Amino acid sequence: MKVSYYPGCSLHGTAKEYDQSVKAVCGALGIELKEVDDWCCCGATSAHSTNFKLSIALPALTLIAAEKDAADVSEVMVPCAACFNRLKTANYHLKKDSALKSEVEGIAGREYRGSIAVRNPIDIIYNDIGLETLQGKVTKKLTGLKPVSYYGCLLLRPPEVCEFDDYENPVMLDSIMNCLGADARPWSYKTDCCGGSLTISKTNIVTRMVNKLMTMAREAEANCLVAACPICMANLDMRASENVRLPVFYFTELIALALGLAGSENWFKLHHTDPAPLLSVLGLL
Amino acid sequence: MATFLEEVNEKISGVPIQRCYHCRKCTAGCPLSFAMEYNPNRIIKMIQMGKRDEVLNSSTIWLCVSCETCITRCPNEVDIARLMDALRQMAIESGVGAGEKNILKFHEAFLSSVKLWGRINEPLMMMQYKLKSGDLFSDMAMGIDMFKKGKLPLLPPRTKDIKTVKKVFEKTKHS
Repeated sequence: MKVSYYPGCSLHGTAKEYDQSVKAVCGALGIELKEVDDWCCCGATSAHSTNFKLSIALPALTLIAAEKDAADVSEVMVPCAACFNRLKTANYHLKKDSALKSEVEGIAGREYRGSIAVRNPIDIIYNDIGLETLQGKVTKKLTGLKPVSYYGCLLLRPPEVCEFDDYENPVMLDSIMNCLGADARPWSYKTDCCGGSLTISKTNIVTRMVNKLMTMAREAEANCLVAACPICMANLDMRASENVRLPVFYFTELIALALGLAGSENWFKLHHTDPAPLLSVLGLL
Repeated sequence: MATFLEEVNEKISGVPIQRCYHCRKCTAGCPLSFAMEYNPNRIIKMIQMGKRDEVLNSSTIWLCVSCETCITRCPNEVDIARLMDALRQMAIESGVGAGEKNILKFHEAFLSSVKLWGRINEPLMMMQYKLKSGDLFSDMAMGIDMFKKGKLPLLPPRTKDIKTVKKVFEKTKHS
């Protein structure tokens, strides 16, 4: 299958291991990625916190740019949960509110057709590629790895916008992890918040929030966390206190590891909390 | 003249907040309520009572991180997450100053990077935030570590059609 690809700003900077592992996994699973031409930032929390129209118009520019490839693709893959949420929200409002749509088209100077669906890679791998195909490609079972799946907020809420997985107890990541040979631990904190953008301006609050997540992950007998969002990853990986922290992975890094794809060792070196000791003990590195 | 309640309802253009019957489910699920001056339910009550200044000056509206748990669980579909966005915008418009100054300064630094380059340049955005907030020395070790790992490119990533991005900022300025 061929899909459009929107990396967003983080995947070209602080989350480059997410970008690289998404690309490696897509290559191995036969998903061809066509990066959106000349995309711009989605505006993230800062835009919608301060200016509603800006928060719709910025992602609309990217959606309109992706529509240029509409002959070829009908979907855009968005790995970053924050970008995913903003692009989904823009599609949601522009399709529902024709006055807003004309206004945004006026601002952008371009027509918005609404022909591109926004999807995240968990959804595409789980629903379009399928667990059977994924399992068939596993060369190194992740035996001994006990992750808890951490979705955070922006992949799932609000459900009528995100249209993805169960919004109180999502299960796709667990199934993907188990299909790679890992033992996903059940816990009740899959969709709790990590503190998001407060990480810079209110670090103490974020530390308190991620420490609770780490403590509960330990209580669930997990030895690592698996995430699908650069902001969740940054907060969990860098803001948790030393006495509770556990290694955190992007889910695509673990798929790549299980599929024996090149690159994973380099990605792990980019983490703040080094996952190498855990993976070495388990014989996975 | 419109009351504060009417003004807020017009801004959120959804379910009117009078529909809240104060079950406090929003507050029970709010991950930030522990740090808030007034919890989300209290904010709704204060709007209903016309306490404009207290609401717009509060730290609560800035500490909300838009996790959307409240609107997901509200039995009456009162969109509190959108309400918090609207209140922040009203606070900016009426010039009351943010109850949490550095949070707004972070948003401003973030958006000014987008306006300049179309994309976020993390080192420059952080530099700008630090200058604006005066919080110069926190996270230095972390920044150096990330720089060493090649996660903070010095050359700003750019959107080529920066004109359109700038136009979007100009034309949405007074919305």
